[in-house]
Amino acid sequence: MNGIVSYGAYVPIYRLSRELIGKEWGTVPGRGEVAIASYDEDSLTMAVEAVLDCLKGFDHRQVDALYFASTTSPYREKQCASIIAAVADLRRDVYTADFGNSLRAGANALKAALDALSSGSAKQVLVVAADCRLPAPDSELEGNLGDGASAILLGSSDTIANIEGSYSVFSESMDVWRREQDHYPQTWEDRFTATGYVQAVQQAGSGLLRKHNLTAKDFGKLVCNGNARRQVDAASKLGFDTKTQLQDSMFDNLGDTGAAYGLMILVAALESAKAGDRILFLDYGDGCDAYLLHVTELVSKLGARRGVKRHLTSKMMLPSYGKYLRFRDMLEWQIERRPADRSALTVLERDRRWILPLMGLKCKSCGGIQYPVMGRGRVCTWCQVKDNMEEIKFSDKKGILFTYSMDERAMEVDLPNVLSVVDLEGGGRYFGQMTDRDPAKIEVGMPVELTFRKMHEGSGIINYSWKVRPVRG
Amino acid sequence: MESIKDKVAIVGMGCTQFGELWDKDADDLVVEASYEAFEDAGVGPKDIQAAWIGTMGRYTGMTLSTPLQLPYIPVTRVENACCSGQEALRNACYAVAAKVYDLVLAVGVEKLKDEGFGGLPPQYSADKWHPVYGAHRTAPGMYALAATRYFHRYGLSREEGKRLLAQISVKSHHNGARNPKAHLRREITVEQALNAPIIAWPLGLFDCCGVTDGASAAILCRVEDAKKFRSDYAVIKGFGISAGPGMGKERTDYDFTHWEESYQAAIQAYQQAGIKNPRKEIDMVECHDCFSIAELICVESIEVCPRGGAKQDIDNNEWSQNGEIPVNLSGGLKSFGHPIGASGCREVYEIYKQLQGKAEEPSRQLKSIRLGLAHNQGGHPGKFVCGVAIIGAA
Repeated sequence: MNGIVSYGAYVPIYRLSRELIGKEWGTVPGRGEVAIASYDEDSLTMAVEAVLDCLKGFDHRQVDALYFASTTSPYREKQCASIIAAVADLRRDVYTADFGNSLRAGANALKAALDALSSGSAKQVLVVAADCRLPAPDSELEGNLGDGASAILLGSSDTIANIEGSYSVFSESMDVWRREQDHYPQTWEDRFTATGYVQAVQQAGSGLLRKHNLTAKDFGKLVCNGNARRQVDAASKLGFDTKTQLQDSMFDNLGDTGAAYGLMILVAALESAKAGDRILFLDYGDGCDAYLLHVTELVSKLGARRGVKRHLTSKMMLPSYGKYLRFRDMLEWQIERRPADRSALTVLERDRRWILPLMGLKCKSCGGIQYPVMGRGRVCTWCQVKDNMEEIKFSDKKGILFTYSMDERAMEVDLPNVLSVVDLEGGGRYFGQMTDRDPAKIEVGMPVELTFRKMHEGSGIINYSWKVRPVRG
Repeated sequence: MESIKDKVAIVGMGCTQFGELWDKDADDLVVEASYEAFEDAGVGPKDIQAAWIGTMGRYTGMTLSTPLQLPYIPVTRVENACCSGQEALRNACYAVAAKVYDLVLAVGVEKLKDEGFGGLPPQYSADKWHPVYGAHRTAPGMYALAATRYFHRYGLSREEGKRLLAQISVKSHHNGARNPKAHLRREITVEQALNAPIIAWPLGLFDCCGVTDGASAAILCRVEDAKKFRSDYAVIKGFGISAGPGMGKERTDYDFTHWEESYQAAIQAYQQAGIKNPRKEIDMVECHDCFSIAELICVESIEVCPRGGAKQDIDNNEWSQNGEIPVNLSGGLKSFGHPIGASGCREVYEIYKQLQGKAEEPSRQLKSIRLGLAHNQGGHPGKFVCGVAIIGAA
């Protein structure tokens, strides 16, 4: 039966406390915090993190399709699934597609993936959802929205949870929306939108239960996106015990992560699921998709990954609201006298294997390893033999910080810019910027790992590559 | 392979005031440095048969021929990043040695202060030619990598390491303060250096050279012709240059605390000059101290001090004017200033004046000096091109 083979997730390291928001605007502070993407992250980089987390222990060459779902794709026109597939080093004949425009985009992609498996057009499909929505300052949404990503690998064998059925309803009701020219999401009065939510969730949930002749008692967990009040309302209308059966929506320590939200809660549910559990997954947005999941004994065999839980416990608090404004580039800053960053598509294209999946080169003559961007590795730096190289992946290696500096004057958003020379396990050295770090805790010899980030937007291109970061918990 | 030793003489030199010269263009600087050199040699622009101009920010030989209005002679612009000044001199020197020309001019110039912000214009300091791998690197950020590793390798705590570098900067400022043409002419204390704002940890404000406008010029001929111009000419004893493979930041055997390009260029120059023990035989070193750490590692790399021995030398003031081997008596790039393309030529200017006993301020004059070493490098740790020149008295 078709179902979930593996899962992964990503939560950015930074958190903005609701207390800080309340203090900034003189409003009653909410409880908890929301996850905030760093200045060098966006939905695409977070999706990459979730995909790599999901593929841990799996052969990435077996993936037949990759679907990327987001309402905040970094490009209005340019498919991002293709970039993510290249970074994850998937096969060139993988089918890629982007899903967007709806907070249900993640579940939409899930449905398309299941249909592809059923039709036989793919044996494994990777669905990744990520969102990084920008709430208006001093709005109700500001304390609600968080950033994050979730990835689900679907297949027809070796499943950790079978998907035994699905049921969907649509809703044309205006709930949350953004027009072409809108910077921030718009909403209607919460009391009205909550009504629409409960209605759609209830319709989809009860439709699925009816279809499969099940009741709430047959389920271990109910997974649905939405804040606690709405969730409780909908769940009890479906007959669930909201104290024991409702999966925590992580509203207090993550926030509403948009198109990724439902799938992130689902991952959290799978992290604590036991063989035989039934999960009802309801993903709301312009209607609601309902899925019936049945957990298999393989769920306990899935190798260690960060998922939602470990990512949530590894965090750094944003020290000020000003830092948040910087990260989100929310103000008009003083005019930069230094020349703007530039880029060249031709160079990015030539070096794409070294920049996207972060391949290094290994000399077939002497075994020496090098990162080839400077010099192109035509002639081996170790033995000077020409054109006798094979690729070796750097991106999944951990490393040791050999030396570093902390530049307080670089043209960077988050100073100091920590230049880092890293010796990778198994050979190879990478020189890059360190992100997600506490400058007071950096020292020679510390363990680091690689992370895919936005470098700058020179020449109107979102220029992605790899940085290093202290190994996350 | 013949040595360059004793073939070429410097018969005239010039150097502009260094500093933030708001009212001067590169053209003004070229004219001022060149005409000082003409007057020093007792020649005019029409006597020059060929010329070289070292600069990073301006293109073509017309950078020189236009301000000087030279009459259709060969002029070549050379560029080796911050080593461009010495590269102009080296090309001029070898052309004279080849006897293709009898009297030539070499000039280094840079006009940096037209940008509207502090620090180097990014195109000078970073690997701008790669869109992502080179992003957001700066000269202090790159040199600081060497300082961090040096501290680590030699077991210096952050405080000990910072203090060691501060001692270098205190000496540089002391020397610069007494040099009339220097850019930064204020003495500082170790405490001031330690407490200064961080530019790129561990380098603070006083570990970094200023951003400077300036030019320097030299007139060269063969040694046998030198007496026609003056008796106290200087003689090229050795001239080495080494461009490294540039993969230090990508090779696990690169340590950052030793600069092989500096070593290789020095060895070339020592062999040409017949120097066996540089610390004993050389009387002064002008080295490329764009940052305090650069002076430290340079002096170790050119074998004037054993590797790891800098702390002992610095604690004993061996690199001061009255020490065993004065280093950057001019104030160095650190305090005299570092107009990129000018520095290599300017270092030789200091040695030339000292050899002649003509240091502008008498208290700066070394008592006995026969040989000076000028070290000039472009790039950053792991990726250098470096020149070393040995200049002797007539």
